[in-house]
Amino acid sequence: MNDQAATPRKPIAIIDYGVGNIQNLINAFERLEIPAVLTADHDVILNAELSILPGVGAFKDAIDKLRNTGIDQVIQQRVREGRPLLGICLGMQLMFEASEEDGDWEGLGLLKGRFVKFDENMGLKVPHMGWNRLVKERQDPVADGLPEDAYAYYVHSYYLSGGDARDIILSSPYGVAVPGLIRKGSIVGMQFHPEKSGAVGEFLIRQVLAVLMGGTQ
Amino acid sequence: MLAKRIIPCLDVRQGRVVKGKRFQAIEDVEDPVVLADRYCREGADELVFYDITASAEDRGIFDEVVRRVSKVVNIPLTVGGGIATVEDFTRVLMAGADKVSVNTAAVRRPELIREAALKFGAQCVVLSVDVSKVGPDRWEVVVKGGRETTGMSALEWIKQGVALGAGEVVVNSIDQDGVRKGYDVEFLKQVTAAVNVPVIASGGAGALEHFEEAARVADVDGILAASVFHYGDISIGDLKSYLLSHGVAVRPLDHRFDRAAAGAAEAAGAAEQGGN
Repeated sequence: MNDQAATPRKPIAIIDYGVGNIQNLINAFERLEIPAVLTADHDVILNAELSILPGVGAFKDAIDKLRNTGIDQVIQQRVREGRPLLGICLGMQLMFEASEEDGDWEGLGLLKGRFVKFDENMGLKVPHMGWNRLVKERQDPVADGLPEDAYAYYVHSYYLSGGDARDIILSSPYGVAVPGLIRKGSIVGMQFHPEKSGAVGEFLIRQVLAVLMGGTQ
Repeated sequence: MLAKRIIPCLDVRQGRVVKGKRFQAIEDVEDPVVLADRYCREGADELVFYDITASAEDRGIFDEVVRRVSKVVNIPLTVGGGIATVEDFTRVLMAGADKVSVNTAAVRRPELIREAALKFGAQCVVLSVDVSKVGPDRWEVVVKGGRETTGMSALEWIKQGVALGAGEVVVNSIDQDGVRKGYDVEFLKQVTAAVNVPVIASGGAGALEHFEEAARVADVDGILAASVFHYGDISIGDLKSYLLSHGVAVRPLDHRFDRAAAGAAEAAGAAEQGGN
């Protein structure tokens, strides 16, 4: 990995499309001293070295907002042009085909799979909220150096089902193997909250940035 | 499987952390940002900040504390104290809270729980209940920091709160609070059996085995304590080692990994300088 190439040359664009409170994600980048701008500007989102799709709240509301602002098209174009995209929590869910959250809603369709609700009949508390262990499903540079007993902080009620197993890098056991970190080329998704996952979260943010912005394959 | 959460609780008045034994003889401890940062590094899994301010004008000072703390910590932050309206939720969430806990105001007007859950999601709404044992198998809700009884069954109120949309319950035993004789395991067992949301034990921590008892016997999801941490009687690192060695799943504090993260930070810093 080339250290120089891993350094952001232009600010990272955190996509602002009017959902939830993403101040804590911005705080995390400030703590890590990684320059990032919160923006709704189509050109900035399209051309930033890395664009991040955050999100907390309801799937339907979020995908509607992406479509109403035209940001969905900008993201599609970015991905067509092979430029990196990082989705976090609800932002990750939006990148997939669909979600069954209070209905059946179509997502951006960048990746295969849909989000289904945890089964309360399995004796699980829903939402899946708290610290869960990260299990390595396959080798990938984004997870290199992660200890065996690393935990991440999750808050969600729907999990990825029917995803491409080749793309699932980290999972966490909660009734099923919940996909926690997925990567397909220059697209990365994190279901947990890296900004709330202590040193592990910060480590993974740095690794993902290094891989996506440093050109490591 | 989820790790059992260890949660230091910080009561804040006029911008400072305080801890009252049985809610009296309040004693000043330390700067909230300094304490929050220390607990975070020691391995706390979450922090709770309660605003115990008496007046409305001090509310701005508290919000500023939350804002400063949220910039420093990289773990979840729950905020409570004086939350009476949906606007109060918005106010502290905007300041950087991840979850908001309601107590007395929800007893007065239970609909607050529903309104907040609809607007922010159940995962955001924590129902904090002060309970006192009044009979052989009877626990009742008390309000105003334990100064006023309500006659309500604590277990029924907790069930109602969860049905209204509370995504987590903190059970604070005021009989045990500050006495350091252990959590009210008897009542906590009833609560964890009755609701399908995370239950946090609060009030009574004095020794390592009290935490183990709450985790194993009552099967709570998180364990909250204040004075034993503030006064340094129990360190979070020692507590987690103890719990791990007694078969309780907690998020381990991995110093090797902390160094790895620090190393990555240094490497990134060096790369940045090299790039300029």
